[in-house]
Parts: sequence; structure tokens; C-alpha cells
Amino acid sequence: MNDGAFRIDRHRFAVEHFSSRLHWRHGLWLALAFFGSFVLAHAQSDTQRIPSAIGTLFIWLPFILKGFGLNLLMSFIAMACATVLGVGLGLLQISHSRWVSLPAWFITHLFRNSPWLVILFMVMFLVPFEMQVPGLGIVRLPDWVKATFAFSLPVMANISEILRGAVNSIPKGQWESAESLAFTRAQTLRWIILPQCIRRAIPPWMNWYALLALATPMASVLGVREAVGNAQAAMEAAGARPEFLLPFYLFLLCLFFAYIYPIALWTRKLERKYVVAN
Amino acid sequence: MFQLIAPFFQDLYERTGLNFIVFYAPYEYDRFLSGIAISLQLIFWSIVASLLIGVFGAWAQSARSPVLRGLVGAYIQAFRNTPPMIQLLFFYFALGAFTPQVDMGGYYQPLISSFAWAIISLGIFGGAFNVEIFRSGLEAVPDSTREAAESLCMSKWQIYTYVTLPLAFRISLPALTNNLISLAKTTSLAYVISVPEVTYSLNQVWSDNINVPEMMLLLFLFYILVVSLLAAGLHFLERRLALPGYGQ
Amino acid sequence: MSLQTKSKSPAGADWTADQPIVSLCDVHKSYGSVEVLKGISLDVRKGEVICIIGPSGSGKSTLIRCINGLNDIQKGSIKVEGQEVNDPKLDLLTLRKKVGIVFQQYNLFPHKTALDNVMMAPVLVLKEPKKEVEERARALIAKVRLQGKENAYPGELSGGQQQRVAIARSLAMRPDVMLFDEVTAALDPETVKEVLLTIRELASEGMTCILVTHEMGFAREVADHVYFTDQGVIVEHGPPRQFFTKASDPRTRQFLSQIL
Repeated sequence: MNDGAFRIDRHRFAVEHFSSRLHWRHGLWLALAFFGSFVLAHAQSDTQRIPSAIGTLFIWLPFILKGFGLNLLMSFIAMACATVLGVGLGLLQISHSRWVSLPAWFITHLFRNSPWLVILFMVMFLVPFEMQVPGLGIVRLPDWVKATFAFSLPVMANISEILRGAVNSIPKGQWESAESLAFTRAQTLRWIILPQCIRRAIPPWMNWYALLALATPMASVLGVREAVGNAQAAMEAAGARPEFLLPFYLFLLCLFFAYIYPIALWTRKLERKYVVAN
Repeated sequence: MFQLIAPFFQDLYERTGLNFIVFYAPYEYDRFLSGIAISLQLIFWSIVASLLIGVFGAWAQSARSPVLRGLVGAYIQAFRNTPPMIQLLFFYFALGAFTPQVDMGGYYQPLISSFAWAIISLGIFGGAFNVEIFRSGLEAVPDSTREAAESLCMSKWQIYTYVTLPLAFRISLPALTNNLISLAKTTSLAYVISVPEVTYSLNQVWSDNINVPEMMLLLFLFYILVVSLLAAGLHFLERRLALPGYGQ
Repeated sequence: MSLQTKSKSPAGADWTADQPIVSLCDVHKSYGSVEVLKGISLDVRKGEVICIIGPSGSGKSTLIRCINGLNDIQKGSIKVEGQEVNDPKLDLLTLRKKVGIVFQQYNLFPHKTALDNVMMAPVLVLKEPKKEVEERARALIAKVRLQGKENAYPGELSGGQQQRVAIARSLAMRPDVMLFDEVTAALDPETVKEVLLTIRELASEGMTCILVTHEMGFAREVADHVYFTDQGVIVEHGPPRQFFTKASDPRTRQFLSQIL
């Protein structure tokens, strides 16, 4: 009782709680704003004979959406890789052997503290575009595959750190009681500790998926034909008129928002469930 | 400085083929240094802008007007749930197309440079997170502490500046540290609107000299150094301001 | 502690020292549809020590907070030195300068040292010179037996020590009435004693005190008058000797038999 009235409720400030104020009304506001600016852009250009900016956008819509499909594909594959690699790296990080945990720690911090774009450049320029795979001969790595791999690295590092934090947050008593039941360290991890970590790791994991999906447009910098790259190519092909810029980029923002916002809402729902369950 | 290190790196190149050209060719050296300078300025001003937006946004979210609260809420969601890279492109190309040009005596230059647009865009992006961070900090100050100040006749403004704000800032610091570090890393995205910051300038260096691995190493070192210094500074602040007796 | 009467504002101009310093008349207070105070009337004279006891949830804390204006009331009147607390025109600041309150959870400012906690209000609110305030604050800290703890932060003090700093902090505003809201309820048994000792000294110096407490022995010893509240009304009241031995109401007797 001696700690008085002033208690700092730390879990409220964890990253995964940022979305706690989310409400569908915010989405409505945004939809209205986006719609309004579309009308504005339309009004500017509909007097001319050449197709309006909105018209052009409409013509090129399938092309841009096809690019967006690649964004989604990259995000799925990268997240799957990042999860597998991240859990592995996290387990290495909590190893009792310094020779294992130190390199794992180094890799984790290298990729956590570097900008996504720099990691993307690194993979793009330093990983060869062809690889000799035993049994398969020479395998060509398309740019988007390399970009996908690049995006998985920072997420991998963060998942590794989430795992380490989650394992450390399990009370010592759990380890001791498992030890008293003659569990080995690996058995304790597999059957006692990790199952307790999974639930609390899901909201941050989803948060990292959202960040990953938001990072995929960077691939366009290196010529991957995803949504932004295709939109830019479309603007070029349609005559590169400056009035294209506003509706095209706005559309891209809407596209990503429409995909990520529901995920954010869902993450919040899970968080709440988790908070209530505790 | 340059005179001191140039012979060593020249020698290194000739002996081993490791081409750290930015340390022995004056032209590349200048390009590298100016990239670093621009990156540091970009990081500094983006952080300042995001903090200002965070403070005002948190204040606006506690306002009575539902319209103001709704607007701030929409702002936060719009910028947290869209790719920062497209935000930059949108600000620079889409909004930049509407900003007036200034006559620079013969040629025209946009009123807002790509550097300024990067600060605006990144500041708004980082600010969206800061608003939430500051708001939860303010909310975490217990009502009872505020009430005690009230019972001591302190005015609303005095309670805010002497009690609520100092406590809220301390509570927000860990989350703020994370966000500012993430913002510092995000400044590399200014590359896409051709701000000649360190990623962009080293990119030019390696395209001209085909020495990607060496320059990549420098790029990693730069960001790790900046992130470490920023983190060390903020953690120092955190420890200085830690409430004695309320251990972590 | 000097107890000189302050200059009175016009609203309480007709008040004289022989009238009750705090006077409650038919006070009603509700949170939404829940009525927690259902017509409370009591008078406190200058220098009196009043203890309010009763089961939890009987509205004792609400009552005491209303006297400081931290809670508003729906019906009735609360007068402090003749001035109506419930008057919307009342400047709450003048009221709170007269009435100090100490909370169950101390509510010290965790980012300020003990000395700064005590000095803050006189410097910021009363705009008194810092040097003078510091002198008084040190004296007050000594008075609550915390010499040497001036530069400790609340987090470094025990609950009982924090609570005594909170008392010193209230006294620094030179109040005419002190309210104590279950100030020992959150404390360890060992530290309760030191806090009660401080309050007892204060009472013996002639400070008007209104206490909400569960410490029956203490109430019996220091109180001039004991009030027993249950479900928002005063069930029974009287001088402690009479109250604790010859309680007439069955509810009072039941409560006392559980506690004593």
C-alpha cells in the first residue's frame, strides 16, 4: 500500500495500445475528405476535351490494382518469413550460450535500428540476381522477391525482440516449477513459456504486419511494379500532366488506408479482449 | 581532417580494393558531408515539428468541441494507416504543384523546397503518433493528484504547468523515445523526393563509383550512430527525470 | 501555527468567531440517481475536533469533500465562516485557503521533494516570498517530525511519512479548518501512530479539525463530538464518552460492536 496514489500504468503505453482510440467515425471523416477532394479535382479538369484526371485514373485503375496485388503478396510472404526467422532469432537471443545469443542480439539490433530503405538497398544491391541452388541449377531472383526478403528483415528483428521481451515477462516461478518437474530448458520453453507468450504477442504482431504492408511501396524506388510504381508509370503513359498527381497519389493513399484501417480496428479489438481477459 | 585521413584510405584502396572514396576524393567527401549535414537537419527539424504537432494535438483532443476532437482523430488515423512514402510523394508532388513559385531572378523556384516538404510531411507523420503518446501521458496523471493541487488553491493553469504536464511528460518519455527513433529512421524516405540527405548522396556516390558494399557500410554506421545517440540522449533524460522511489 | 482570522469577504461579513465555523444544513448530494447524502446537518465550532464514523459507503468521504468544494451538492447549504460554499458566485480559492484537506492516498506531487511539496502552494498561490515560505515549510516539516527528510521525494518516504508531509503541505496554507479524509486507512499499522500523533498535537493547539476515521480509540480520545453516519444520514451523535458507552440506536451499537 505504501506506493501511494501515484501509479504509472505502464502497459497502457506499449506500442500496441496506440490504436485504442480508433473509431469507425474517423474512417467516415476521412472518406468524406477524400471524396470531396476527388470532386474538386474533377471540377478542375472536366471542361477539356482530353480525358479528365479522374477519367484517366479510372482507365488505369486495373493496372494500379494489379500492382497493389503485388504489394499484398509481398506483405504476406515477407510476414511469413519474418515470423519464422524472427521466432528463430528470438530463441537464439535467449540462449544461455554467449556465442549464440551475442550474434543473435547483434543481428536483431542491426535490423531494428536501420531504416527500411537502407535495408532494401542493401538486399537489392548485394544479393545477386541469380543464385546457384543445389539440385535446381541457376535460379533467377526477380526484384520483387528480393524486396520481399528485404522487408522481412526489419520485421524479423522486431519479432525477435517481441519474443525475447515476452519470454522475459513470464514470472520466474514458471521456470522454477517446470524445473522442479524435471523439464529440460527446451521442454519448458515449448510447453510452458511460449504458449503463454503467444496470446499477448498477437496484437504487436498484427501491428508489425500493418507497418510492413505500409513499407512495401518502397519497392517502387528500385523498379518493382507494385501499386506506386504502376501509378507512376500510368501517369507517365497518360501524358504526365501535373493535374494527375493529386488524384493518383490520393487514390494510392485511400487504397492503403482501406486495407490497413480495418486491420488496425481488428488489432484494437483483440487488444481489448486481451486487456479484459487479464 | 580530410588531409589526415585521405592518404590512409587512398592507400587502403590501392592495396585491398576497398574503395572508401568519400574519404579520399575531395568531391565525394563534400558530397558525403553535405549528405550527413542535411540528414541531421532533417532529423532535427522533423522531430521538432512532430513534437509541436503532438503537444497541440493532445491539447486539441482534450478540447470540448467534438468537431476539433473528430478532426484530430481523423488526422491521426489518416497518417498512421497510410504509407509514409506515399505521404511524402503526395505532399511534394500533389500539393507541391499548387504552391506558388518565387522569381529567383530569371528562373523560378518553388516556395517550398523538397527539403521543407520533407520536414512538413515527416513532421505530420511523426506528430500523428506523438499526439496519442502525449494524450495517454496526460490521461495517466491520476485525478487525485490534480485534486490535491486543486485543494491547495492552485489555478487551472498552475496545475497544468506545475503538476500535470511535468508528470505527463515523464510518463510519455519511453513511448516518445521509440517514436522519435522511428521517425529519425523514416527520414531516409526523403530520398524519394530527391532531398540530398545521406541515403541519397551515398546512393549517388555508389552509382558513380560502383562501390556499393563500402558505401552501404557507411550508411548503416551513420544510422546506427544517429539512432544510438538519440536513444542515449533520451534515456539520459528519462533517468534524469525519473521519479525517485518509483523505480522502473 | 498562527490561527489569526483572515479578512472576510462580503458574503461572510456578518460571521463572528462565536458562531459555528463550519455549518451544514440539510445537505443532499447524489451521483446520478444514487443519493449518497440525504440531509446532513451539523455544526462545528472554532477549535472543535469532530470525528465522523460509519460503515464504508455511508457517504463520509463525500461529505468531507463537499466542505472543501471538491464535490458540489444538490440541496441544502454548507457554510464556512458564514460563507456559503454552494454559492456559484463563491470564489472557490478563498474557501480553500480557509479549509485544508488531507487525503487517504496522500496525493503528494511525486516529482517534487517534501520541502517543495510544502512550499509549492504558498509560493504559487499566495505569492509569498520564497525565503519566508521556506522557513515556514522547514518549521512545519520539523513539526511533523520529519527533519532531515526535506529533500526526499515522496517515492522515497514511507506511507506514514508521506501522509505527514501532506499534513504539513496543507498547514502551509494557514487554514482555519483542517479536513482529514481517512488519512490512516492506507497506512501500515506501525506508521498509523505517528500520523495520529501529529493530528493530536494539531488538535491540542486549537486547530479546528474534521476527521473521517476508522480509528475508534483515537476518536474517543481526541474528539469533542462524534457523528455516526449510515446510508447518507446522521444516525446518532454526541460527545465521545456518551457516544461510545451509551449509544441508543441499534445500528450504532451494531457498528460499534463490530469495530471495537
